[in-house]
Amino acid sequence: MADIAFLLLIFFLVSTTMDVDTGIYKKLPPIPEDQTNDEEIKVKKRNVLAILVNRNDELLVNGELLDISQLREKTKEFILNPNNSEDLPEKHVKTVPYFGDVMVSKGLVSLQNDRGTSYEMYIRVQDELAIAARELKDEKAMSKWGKVYSELDKEQQDAVKKYVPMAISEAEPKNVGGKR
Amino acid sequence: MSKFRKGGGKETPEISTASLPDIVFMLLFFFMVSTTMRDVELNVSYVQPQAKELTKLEKKDLVSNIHVGVPLRKYQKTFGTESRIQLNDKFATVDDIQAFIASEREARKEELRNKLTTSLKVDRYTKMGIIVDIKQELRKASALKLNYSALQGAEGN
Repeated sequence: MADIAFLLLIFFLVSTTMDVDTGIYKKLPPIPEDQTNDEEIKVKKRNVLAILVNRNDELLVNGELLDISQLREKTKEFILNPNNSEDLPEKHVKTVPYFGDVMVSKGLVSLQNDRGTSYEMYIRVQDELAIAARELKDEKAMSKWGKVYSELDKEQQDAVKKYVPMAISEAEPKNVGGKR
Repeated sequence: MSKFRKGGGKETPEISTASLPDIVFMLLFFFMVSTTMRDVELNVSYVQPQAKELTKLEKKDLVSNIHVGVPLRKYQKTFGTESRIQLNDKFATVDDIQAFIASEREARKEELRNKLTTSLKVDRYTKMGIIVDIKQELRKASALKLNYSALQGAEGN
C-alpha cells in the first residue's frame, strides 16, 4: 500500500509546477468594420495625454521628456485636473449613480510605441497607468464609502468607474499591411 | 537470573512505521491537489517582466498560451538568438497565429469558445515589433481577451 502511494507521490512531486499565472489583463479593440473609413475621431489637444516611447525606452509625454517614475503622478493630474487648468482636459457634467451630478474628465490617454521598444518598458508603462487608475478609483471610493475600490460591490464599482474614466487608446501600428 | 537483564543490551527500540502510510498519503493528496501539469515543452527561454498591478488568471483551461522568447541553446543554430514565437510545441511565425487560435477554439466546448483568453508569455528584452504583430493577428482572429503575463514586482507601492 505504502509503496504504491510512494510511487504516486514521487510522480506528482516530479510533474508538479506550482506557478500561478498572473499578468496585466487587457482587452484589445476589435478591428474596425470597414477599413476604408480612416477618418480619425477628432479630439481636442488638451484632452489627450500622448505617451510616446522610443526605441531607447525613453518616454515623451505631451512633448516633455519624462522619467517612468513621474508618469503616475502626471497621469493622475491629467485625469483629475484639480485646478481646472486650460492645458488639462475639459470636464463635463454627468450623472453618476451614488455620486449625483459630478464633473467627469474628458481625458484620453494615447499610447504609442516604437517597434524597437522593449517589452519590459511597455509593461512598465502599462503598469504605471493601471496603478494610476487604481489609485484614482481608490481615492473616490475612500471619500465616499471609506473603503478601497476592490472592496466595493459591483454597482458601486461601476459608479466609481464612470466617475474617473480611464480610457487608454493604443495607436494602430503605422506599418501594418506591408511586409514584415 | 533476574528479569532485568533480558536481552543483554540497551538497544533502542525501532521506530514504528505504522503511521508512515498516513504521512505519505497526506503528502500525496497535497501534491495531487496543488499540481498543474506542464502541457508544452518549452523551446524558448524567457524571463517575464515585473509589474505591480496584476490580476490572476482564473480559469486555466480557458487560457491559450503564446510564448515569445530566445530559442534554447540547441535551437540557436537554426533559429538564431532573436526572440521567436512558440505555439504548442513548435516554432512559428506571426502568420500561424490565426490558425492556432482557430484550433484552440476548436478544442473547447462551444459555449466556452468566446471566453478564451490568450496569455502572452514574453521575454522582457523582446522588441515590441513582434508583439504589435501578434496583437494585430489576434485582433484579426477576434481573440480580444489578452493577458500580458508578468511577475509580481518586488517593491511595494
